[in-house]
Amino acid sequence: MSEVPPPPHRRRAHTSARDLERYAALFAERTGVMRSSAMRDLMAITASPEVISLAGGLPDTSTFPPQSFAAQMTRIAQESAAEALQYGPTEGFEETRDCILQVMGAEGMLPDPHDIIVTTGGQQGIDLICKTLVDPGDVVICEAPTYPGAVPVFCSYQADVVQVECDEDGMRVGELEGLLERLKAESRRVKFIYSVPTFQNPAGVTMSLSRRQHLVELARRHELLIVEDNPYGLLRYGGEPMPPLYQLDGGDFVIYVGTLSKILSPGIRLGWTVAPPPVMEKIVLGKQAADLCTSTLTQYFVREYFREGRWQHYIDDLVEIYRRRRDAMLEALREHFPAAATWTEPEGGLFIWATLPEYIDTSDLLAKALRADVAFVPGEAAYVDGRGGSSMRLNFSGVSEAEIREGVRRIGNVIAEQVELYEALTGEQQVAGRPAAAVEPVDDANVVPFRKAAEGGA
Amino acid sequence: MKVAVLKGGRSLERGVSLRSGARVEDALERLGHEVVPVDAGPDLVGRLRAERPEVAFVALHGVGGEDGTAQELLELLDIPFTGPGVAACVRCMDKVLAKHAMREAGLPTPDWFAFGQTAFRELGAAEALGELEGRLGFPLVVKPSRGGSSLGVKFAAKDREVPGALVAAFSYDDRVLLERHVEGRELAVSVLGDEALPIVEAIPVSGDRYDFEARYEIGRTRFACPAELGEDERRAVTEVALGAYRALGCSGFARVDLILAADGPQVLEANAIPGLTDTSLLPQAAEVAGLSFERLVERILDLAMPARDS
Repeated sequence: MSEVPPPPHRRRAHTSARDLERYAALFAERTGVMRSSAMRDLMAITASPEVISLAGGLPDTSTFPPQSFAAQMTRIAQESAAEALQYGPTEGFEETRDCILQVMGAEGMLPDPHDIIVTTGGQQGIDLICKTLVDPGDVVICEAPTYPGAVPVFCSYQADVVQVECDEDGMRVGELEGLLERLKAESRRVKFIYSVPTFQNPAGVTMSLSRRQHLVELARRHELLIVEDNPYGLLRYGGEPMPPLYQLDGGDFVIYVGTLSKILSPGIRLGWTVAPPPVMEKIVLGKQAADLCTSTLTQYFVREYFREGRWQHYIDDLVEIYRRRRDAMLEALREHFPAAATWTEPEGGLFIWATLPEYIDTSDLLAKALRADVAFVPGEAAYVDGRGGSSMRLNFSGVSEAEIREGVRRIGNVIAEQVELYEALTGEQQVAGRPAAAVEPVDDANVVPFRKAAEGGA
Repeated sequence: MKVAVLKGGRSLERGVSLRSGARVEDALERLGHEVVPVDAGPDLVGRLRAERPEVAFVALHGVGGEDGTAQELLELLDIPFTGPGVAACVRCMDKVLAKHAMREAGLPTPDWFAFGQTAFRELGAAEALGELEGRLGFPLVVKPSRGGSSLGVKFAAKDREVPGALVAAFSYDDRVLLERHVEGRELAVSVLGDEALPIVEAIPVSGDRYDFEARYEIGRTRFACPAELGEDERRAVTEVALGAYRALGCSGFARVDLILAADGPQVLEANAIPGLTDTSLLPQAAEVAGLSFERLVERILDLAMPARDS
């Protein structure tokens, strides 16, 4: 009798469809656009151990030395347990911001530390920016394709998301200029332009210098903000570094979102946002409401880690590993993908974007690929308007070179079957396309976009 | 009673199945049963042998669980299980088999042609596609023969769209059917034991009718139960649904999906293991009939026991 009964492991009381309908009447309007997707259901299968998943976006954390992790955490426990377990300032500790200055400095940026707020991952930065800037119906412009994880954030603030086509040189800023004029004529209010200019997720492309300059100039002229999301800038495997938009603009019209997720650990959830003081003031209030402060323990860990002075060496190690994986994937693509497929050749980051003949729907292809124990992200996830159906995102950072080769081989096989079937159905031999790499981009007029540009920008 | 709940598996409907299974487990626990949750994988037989449940509640959807595979194993292991037996599962899962069985029983189902991949790869069936317009008309619906959800189901509005739709459908199965599109109201009749539960009508709020996502989400499709039908309509729909249930050899429970066209109901398919999630149709229909989810689960369990004890 004295024994305390174990807590029931399922606390959920009976809910029926009718109960749900009752709750549904209470849901905020914005939840109407927040939805799980069929793809997420399919993704439930990618977790099986026999599936080679090129669908993730994970950095390889197995490369982080456990001894170093243990030593840093021990030091924190011994020297500052009470502080590390306490709340911290909403903006983040000054010491954390010093670390952030080092990271940004490595890419040539020199922000005022007071313009920086430490956030719970870069993702929270995007959320806080939307919270600060977006009223329902406001236009948010982003690339097509865009980071799939940004779309739900824009949608949850009921933004009207408009996408601008990308090509090998990043967002087609010439098209953006026309779009801005058109939106102005239609009295639609644009709040910001979201861009991942360097090693873009999902396309892997990097915006050219001339487009960067043009973009920054457009933002100034229209008095609009640019949100520059730069998680991968330091993961460069070839080519020359490109100045971040923040640096080109000086921080007047660019809000910068950074993160340690890809250069240290996504599990520590440490990101930051840099914004002009009036915007920052609102962002801080938003952060206060959201979670008071970013994990203190995490910030102590980051401080210790940077004190060790090896953070750039660790990035060098990652760059070596990821470069080999990227090369393995490019080689496998050349060997196993059909002639009609095209793909990007990223100089850094984590992703390659491949586009198949138009009659192949990559969501359906994923079902077939899963039977062959391999997964990728169907392109549709990166568009808001159902486009991207014949593209796919492939990740090369989270899997070994052997798995990359085998995974791409398996995808190549299922594509080959579909191509063969389509040819049998139509009686046509498909014209061999040229790989994207063969296209030498000169200027906007000559650039071949990933897909035929759709009518209008929306 | 010791009840194994079979869920998950490797089918494309794994996510839905996990939700169905979790909900069934909750109900069984509240009913006082000993629950053994089993995510159907390579250790399925080992787990069942070790646990020796008195009965298995099959909450698997899609290929591998709804197509008779798991049921065959359960028969071999001599464990009684819920829902239809092997033969009915095989027929329900394969729309082509189901449609033949229904047509032979004189039940209305939309006209169709079915092809395996070999027909196109080896027999030049592509050349016959031109006949479709005359025989089925456009738009037509292209579906994988086996598949419990609407994954891979496409409309083709004109002949140009047929090859792409076929490639998509062949991603899910080696056999596909091209079916006449029937305009009408979408109805679902859940059958429990040998009784039809109140009819559910699916009313699309927006977007495509065959939208996989709409099936599992609140707000995309509105469900009316009981469906607003005239007495004659209700009787005709129920009769056809029960006819399909019997023609396919179902027992325990199943859900029959129909279109109510101007000239009467047409059966599209039957689901041997319909969803049991919060938003699924069978539990909704049961509730309207006055059966709470617990009582529904209890009844499904009862139906499993005596019939297969012999």
